[in-house]
Amino acid sequence: MSILNKLKPDFWHFQKTEGGPRKRLVNFPRLWKSTVLLTAGVSLIPLIFITIVDYNVTQRSIESEFLLRTSRIVSNLRRTVFFFLEERRSSLDFIIHENKFEELTDFARLARILENLRKSFGQFADLGVIDASGIQRTYVGPYELKDKDYSSQEWYDQAVKQGLYISDVFMGYRRIPHFVIAVKRDLTEGKFFILRASLDIEPFEKFLSEIDIAGAGDAFIINHQGILQTSSRNHGNVLEKINLSIPKYSSQTEVLEGKNPEGEDLVIGYRYIEQTPFVLMIIKKKRVLMESWKKTRIKLIIFLVVSVILILAVIVSTATYMVNKIYLADEKRVMALHKAEYANKMASIGRLASGVAHEVNNPLAIINEKAGLIKDLFTFKDEYAHDEKLIGLVDSVLSSVKRCGRITRRLLRFARHMDVSIKQISLEEVIHEVLGFLEKEAEYRSIEVSVEVKDVPSFETDRGKLQQVFLNIINNAFAAMDDGGHLTIVAKREPGDDVSVTIADDGCGIDEKEITHIFEPFFSTKTGQGGTGLGLSITYGLLQELGGGISVRSKVGKGTIFTITLPLHMDEKKRTKA
Amino acid sequence: MKILLVDDERELVTTLAERLAIRGIDADWATTGEEALKMAEAESYTLAVLDIKIPRISGFSLKRKLQEKHPEMKFIFMTGHGCGYDLEAGSGEAGAENCLAKPVDIKTLIEKMNEALEAGGGAL
Repeated sequence: MSILNKLKPDFWHFQKTEGGPRKRLVNFPRLWKSTVLLTAGVSLIPLIFITIVDYNVTQRSIESEFLLRTSRIVSNLRRTVFFFLEERRSSLDFIIHENKFEELTDFARLARILENLRKSFGQFADLGVIDASGIQRTYVGPYELKDKDYSSQEWYDQAVKQGLYISDVFMGYRRIPHFVIAVKRDLTEGKFFILRASLDIEPFEKFLSEIDIAGAGDAFIINHQGILQTSSRNHGNVLEKINLSIPKYSSQTEVLEGKNPEGEDLVIGYRYIEQTPFVLMIIKKKRVLMESWKKTRIKLIIFLVVSVILILAVIVSTATYMVNKIYLADEKRVMALHKAEYANKMASIGRLASGVAHEVNNPLAIINEKAGLIKDLFTFKDEYAHDEKLIGLVDSVLSSVKRCGRITRRLLRFARHMDVSIKQISLEEVIHEVLGFLEKEAEYRSIEVSVEVKDVPSFETDRGKLQQVFLNIINNAFAAMDDGGHLTIVAKREPGDDVSVTIADDGCGIDEKEITHIFEPFFSTKTGQGGTGLGLSITYGLLQELGGGISVRSKVGKGTIFTITLPLHMDEKKRTKA
Repeated sequence: MKILLVDDERELVTTLAERLAIRGIDADWATTGEEALKMAEAESYTLAVLDIKIPRISGFSLKRKLQEKHPEMKFIFMTGHGCGYDLEAGSGEAGAENCLAKPVDIKTLIEKMNEALEAGGGAL
């Protein structure tokens, strides 16, 4: 807390004052808060807004970029798969049209053709010719399938109706995943025959697995029921059911977003391959794809945070600096106003005092002369000359007049010094003069005042200011002391070119918390009792003008010691200023 | 040898003149500057005691006018303002030694008068 308090600028301790000359221009903490809030708002809101917009735009463009890339890969792969099937279909088509039914049913010829197909394409497993009644007339392959009746099978119907049939992948007797392509040749008079070939899916698997797809990608083929036609890396083996939902039919390449059973976000690209039961699928993991975005995102967030911190730091420090400057200027203004007020007050008191003294002096002079004449008359006439009572009465009138004269003279002297500048003074004389004003009070309250001036030469200073300084401090001491207190004033020469005056009382003392504030303007413990809180701050200011200083030590219940230092020689600047 | 007392307070000058008379000092008095100048034409005074503040004319101006006619004349000033202040206002007109602050003690006044006259080679 104490560190926080030290960090707080001066104006933070600002206290609102009611009207009058002490009224400050503005409420400084509020000014500071509104400045900081407004500037921070104006600068940070657009920054945050732009960053959010940029964040979204970048994210969206990265997303659409890899959706597009996925779509392109799907299209390319589809073309490859399509051509692969088309190539094989065309070769079968060529064979069925180039050879007559009789030629193809010749086992040796068919075996040669299969041999050639294997040489060209590799994965042909068998080859068979089926006549219009659905009976396999010739078969070249690993099984005994000659004369097998296919007329009741679904693929046969389809091949008859559409002229082409491509099957799903199945295991068959060989326990090797393969699929079937069947093509039909129409002859005259409604006659036809069918050429049927089994193909291993191995080359499919090979080139699908060889494709390197970004984002831990997976490329495979399923059928319309979601059964895997080639094995996949992450979604099951061949002829297993895929663990994702089957994408709905579309004649075009589609890319959509989904989730796998583990809840990971996926980018799914697919294409229904026309005239086949196959659907080509490419699955990518979004998390892996977004890796580069993550790096960009962290950079963006760091940029935002650093900018916000920098902007806030600049705003807070600038606002603090400016508001504090205004506060200090305002404090100076209020202080100057009060100094002027105080000087005016003192000047008015001076004028009043000298006016009163002068006005009183004239009637006093008359009383003096009249009483003097009475005394003269008595003294010079024998019949009264020995009347001691009469003479005593007149003498007491005359001594009272003298006393009044002393008072008015002191008043005049005090008032006169109010506006006089630098003069040679005797410190002892000034102290006694000030004490003269408080003589009666000291007497009534039995306050013992002792003054000791050790080895202090007369020196040049502003007598009026010095008088005010002493009057303020001694007045305060009197206010702090109970009846019967002791006031000790010691003036002595200090090493160097200084004089020190200590004014010690045994009064109530000053609280430790308050002692640091007593030279501040408007600080008063006597508020409500006529204290303005100006006395000591004015004293401080006056001593500074004289080139001196003031310090204080105090203990509650024991008393207070003020120490004033004054230079024996004022420097030129102070002299002209004073 | 005669003395002139000038002060706008009639009560003061009359009483003062009477007290001086009791002490064997012959003194005339005036309450305005004009009166004082007129009296100085008819009579020649060795010394004048002037209030610094008298109506229409200051004690210092009155001193100058009187001095024109009687260069030998001596002066003492009285003031209700305290000597320092008034002497500064008319500096050069009178030294501090010739000023008395009201109320004036008669003994001090006579001493001052003697001092002034001694400087000019005479005494009361």
